[in-house]
Parts: sequence; structure tokens; C-alpha cells
Amino acid sequence: MTAVQEETVAEPIRVMLAKIGLDGHDRGVKVVARTLRDAGMEVIYTGLHRRPEQVVEAAVQEDVDVLGISLLSGAHMPIFKRLFELLGELAEPHRFSIVAGGVMPDEDEAELRKMGVAGVLGQDSTPEAIVAEIRSLVRR
Amino acid sequence: MADGNGDAPGTDDTRLTTDALANAVTEELADWEGRELAAFTTRRPESKERYLSGSGLPVKRVYTPADLPEDWSDIGLPGRYPYTRGPYPTMYRGRTWTMRQIAGFGQAEETNERFRYLIAQGQTGLSVDFDMPTLMGLDSDDAMSLGEVGREGVAIDVLPDMEALFDGIDLENISVSMTINPSAWILLAMYVAVAERRGYDLNKLSGTIQNDILKEYVAQKEWIFPVRPSMRIVRDTIVHCSREMARYNPVNISGYHISEAGANAQQEIAFTMAITKAYVEDVVAAGVDVDSFAPRLSFFFVSQADLFEEVAKFRAVRRYYARMMRERFGAEDPQSMRLRFHAQTAAATLTKPQPMNNVIRTALQALSAVLGGAQSLHTNGLDEAYTIPSEQAMKTALRTQQILADETGVPHVIDPLGGSYYVENLTGELERGIDDYLEKIEALGGVVAAIEQGFFQREISDTAYEFARRKAAGDRPVIGVNKYVDETDSEKIETHQLDPASEARQIARLRRIRQDRDPRRAAAALDRLLAVAKDGDANLMPATIEAVKAHLSMGEITGALREVFGSYTETPVF
Repeated sequence: MTAVQEETVAEPIRVMLAKIGLDGHDRGVKVVARTLRDAGMEVIYTGLHRRPEQVVEAAVQEDVDVLGISLLSGAHMPIFKRLFELLGELAEPHRFSIVAGGVMPDEDEAELRKMGVAGVLGQDSTPEAIVAEIRSLVRR
Repeated sequence: MADGNGDAPGTDDTRLTTDALANAVTEELADWEGRELAAFTTRRPESKERYLSGSGLPVKRVYTPADLPEDWSDIGLPGRYPYTRGPYPTMYRGRTWTMRQIAGFGQAEETNERFRYLIAQGQTGLSVDFDMPTLMGLDSDDAMSLGEVGREGVAIDVLPDMEALFDGIDLENISVSMTINPSAWILLAMYVAVAERRGYDLNKLSGTIQNDILKEYVAQKEWIFPVRPSMRIVRDTIVHCSREMARYNPVNISGYHISEAGANAQQEIAFTMAITKAYVEDVVAAGVDVDSFAPRLSFFFVSQADLFEEVAKFRAVRRYYARMMRERFGAEDPQSMRLRFHAQTAAATLTKPQPMNNVIRTALQALSAVLGGAQSLHTNGLDEAYTIPSEQAMKTALRTQQILADETGVPHVIDPLGGSYYVENLTGELERGIDDYLEKIEALGGVVAAIEQGFFQREISDTAYEFARRKAAGDRPVIGVNKYVDETDSEKIETHQLDPASEARQIARLRRIRQDRDPRRAAAALDRLLAVAKDGDANLMPATIEAVKAHLSMGEITGALREVFGSYTETPVF
């Protein structure tokens, strides 16, 4: 077993984890939140039932490196579409990467990547893989 | 039937083990450990330092009569207090469990078609899954409903949706279970309105609404109003059904979601019993006699992967409940003491890699539900880790139950694991574990206070995190995921596809119905509902039944009531 390594860089990676819409499945997102926090990252979790507008605004304000959106209700396609519309309307382009997590059919994963999602994590992603994925996106 | 003497306090005549036997067994065990076991393990050590059950209880190598409960009265006979062995004297010999596959997607007409298919395949009860907006009490045209309409359940906004859902289905002869919580009372009102319109006798309707609001704050996270007014709504439905609907289960107290949110078997039954106690206290405090409503309380548990622990779990919770109802609440009617439950296999155990393995997982979990004496059962589709199930996946899941019922012989003997040294011991451990948790919760000020302090949420998220770590370390093998991984795996399965036009059709219909209704009747019904809501002693049900008949939509009803009751927002803990 390899323990998740402590973040050693001076500035910790900032991650916002969000639940958008009505989906109440929060087991996974909380495990991810804790895993990233234990790896030395700063984690902000929005809590449940946020609107896409609220999440985009919060991510910009908090100046995060990564925005993770967890969805297990099947509504990921319309919600990510709306999210990217909102990001496109920002005055300045956002600097954070976007990661999707949850239950998503394979064909949707491919579509999400085309939309601009940088990584897709599933229920079987290991804590190590999740941490590695987030670090690789930030590339410090 | 009278309760009998199954509960007679232990006498020497009913002790399961004599001191002499226990001593002899303990001595032989020590001797065996020193000889056979020691010699064997020197040559070939066991695979692990210690072995744990699914909920983390240490399990021994072998169990003996010394591990049995003290007295026969802890085990007893089926259909008799303390109901350890089952709620009925004949169990599956009288009638096999109800095979109740949940279904729901798209518009009411689409789900109605799936229901008719399932009935044609031999399914014996219906179970409705609603979409997220319906579950949260919102209309399909609400901004928050984006992408969710008809997605993971059927969309119900107004009474005509409900009429279409049950079109051509004889509700006096098939029981319908509805998985619905904060908005359950509105769906119940619609169900009553459909039944009245068809001229049914309400006392003949058998069915269930989940309506277990406390576990929403604990685990599933579907809510509308704050805890207290939500509890009042649950109370109103229980009281209403005890008066008007003799065979209807107004609440289905659910451990399933607590488990799926990450809790282990011990926490699942302990939290469920804590919640049960809170509801019963509430209704009793409203002046209702415990025996007039307790017989209609029903339960819902997961059937997880650890086969024997699950069987022990079902037996433990049955016994705990019987004792709590009689000793704590003074129930006298045996029906108030017997716990009846629906079981569903554990969706969270299913994997996306090698999806055919899920059929096997589900079959084994179904076996433990049947060995544990479930009254009805849903077996998950093999495609659960992808999306909601296809027709083919549901058929295989249903066939799994039919094979279990007709080919294995398992249902022929009641509680066949009763008397097993191991299962009896674990049953006792789990029962005592419930008590420990209830004491802790009591010390926090009860269930509502514990929710407000994030107690359950933290317990569950700790267990979920621990599980994820053990899984990552390979300590919790998941075949195809962290063991026997097949990189070349290319199993493809056909998945359910949502009709993309369904959402727009539903919204159009909702708007048309709002247009076409009698505006004066709707306004009057809403006024009356608000007045009743403001009177904490009044019952919301009759005014809600009139509101749905006036074609007020679900979102209109909850929206107006938010003005009276307020809204709920969770402070998350992780």
C-alpha cells in the first residue's frame, strides 16, 4: 500500500468540489474531498444542490486550480453543457481545469472530454489515481 | 393468535447450553488450538492476521455451542415474539416473497409500459422510482430540474400524470410501493385521488410510500422543508392512513440509503432503529395509540455482500424491534412487534468493469435476503454502474429471484440458519450494537439533535472513507477492480437510452394542465392548504387531496408551503 504523499510545494493546490442540481449522492465526493485534503491540498466543498451559476462564480472567486463536479444522477450531459456555456460567458477566461466524477457511460466520457473536461473519475478510481490526476492537471 | 409464551424468561429448561457443555467445549477448543490448529498453522499459516465481517466486527475461526445465546427465548419460533426467525409462522411456504422490481423513467406512459412488461414476466408487486424533481417536490419546468426530468425515474407533476402511470393496472389487486420521501404526502394524495375516481375501496389498497424523512437528512439528501415541519407531515400521513387506509403502509423506514451512503451493517440497523423510535414517539405524543398504527410500519434494508452478517443483521433488527415496541412503547398487538421488510441488493457493490459479474453478486445478495426472511425483494440490474437498467437487465434480475424461489429449495425451511453457532452469535452482537448506538444518540439529545450536530453524517462519511482506503489497499477485494483485473476486458452491454424528447413533452403537458384547470377551484384549494399548514395540530392530508384534484402541481404545492415551513440547507461534513 502506498500512502498518498504529502503535498510539499509551498502553495498547496486549491480544489473546489461541487454538486450541481438535485443529485444527492455525496458519498464519493466526500471521500474525494478527504483524500485530497489528506494529500495536502486545500479543498472547498460546495455542499449539495448548487446551481451552475453559483458554482462558476464561486470557483472564480476562490481562484481554484481545479474544479471537480460530481454527478451520479445521469444529468451530467445537460449540466456540463450549461456549465461550459457559463464559462464561455466569463469576462476573462477561467484558469482552472475541470474534472468530472461519478457514474457516466463510456460514450458520455468521450463527449465530456470534447466539451473541455480534463479528467473523468469513476467509482473505481483509487485514491492514488485521483491525487495523481489532480496533480498532473496542475503541473507545478 | 396470542403471543404465547415464547418470551418466558429463561429457565434452566430452556437454556441453550448447559454450563457443563460450555465448559467442555471451551476446554476442547483450547486443546484443539494447542494440537491440530497449532500443528497445521505452523506448516501453513492462515491468509490473514485477523478476519473481519463487512461491518468490521472481528470474526472467529470457528464457533461452538459456547457462542450461542443463553436462552431459547432469544431464538424461538417464526411468527412469535421476539420474531427473530421471521414475522409469519409459514414464511415462504405460505407465499413466496413479493418480487418487486423498481421501475420508472421518462413520462408516466413509458413507465406504465415497463410495469405491464414486468407484470407479464411474473412480477408480483409494483415499485415506482421517481425522477429527481419529483423526489424533491419540484415541477419539471423548474430551473433546478435541468437534465433531470424523467432521467432516473418517472416524472410526476400533476394528477393526470399519476392517472397515466397506473392506467389499466388493477390497484386493488397489486400492491404499489412508491420510493418517495419529502414529497411523499403529495404522491399519496394523488394515489388516493386516482383510487377514488375509479371507485375503489381505500381500505383495500395495499401499498407503501417510503416517506422516511429522517434518513434523508442522515443519508439520501432529498429534502424540501426543515426537519420539524417535515416530521409533522410524516405524522399526518401515518395518522391519516391509520384512519382511512387499513392496509396501506404510510412509512417505510429505510436503512438501504444509509448503507449506500457508506454506512456498514451495524450502522444501518442502528440508525434505522433510532429513526423508528423518533417517529413512534412523535405519533404517540400526538395521542395516537401505538397499536393503531405500528402494525402498518414497514422497513427497507439493503442486502450487502457479507452473506452471513446480512442474515444476522435481518434477524437482529427483527428481534430488537420486537423488544423495543413491546418494552419501550407498551405495544400489545403482536402485529405491532413484527418487523416486515423489503430488501434490495446493494447497488454500490456493482462494478463497471466486467459487468456480467454483477449478476453473480446480485444472486448471492438476494440469497442472504431470503435466508434473512425478507417479505419483498428487488434485485439490481447488472448495468446499475452504468445507468438505469435496460429491460433485458431487469429480466435477468427478476429471473434470479425466480430461480432462487423455484429451483434452490431455500424457501422450504424457515430461517434455515437459525441455531448456527456463528449466525446466532453475530445476531446477538449486532442487536447489542444497536443498543450502544441508541444510547449514544440519546446522549446527543435524540435523532433530530444528532442530525443537527452532523453525528450520523460524520459516522457515515468516516465508514465510507475507511472502506475506500481498504479497497484501495486491496484489503477489500473487488473482483475485476482491484483483483483479477482484465485489461483486455471488452464486455459490452446494452444500456437504457432516455428518449431525449421526453422532458419537453412533460413540460408541455404540465403547462397545458395548468392552463386548462378551474382557476377558482385551484386558488381555493391552495388557500385552504396554507391555512391547514399553519395549524400544527391539523392534518395536511385532506387539503392536499383536494389540492391535487384541483390540478395544482407538486411544485406549486411545495412552493407555497415553503412560505410557511421554510427550506432546508445542509452544512456538509466530510
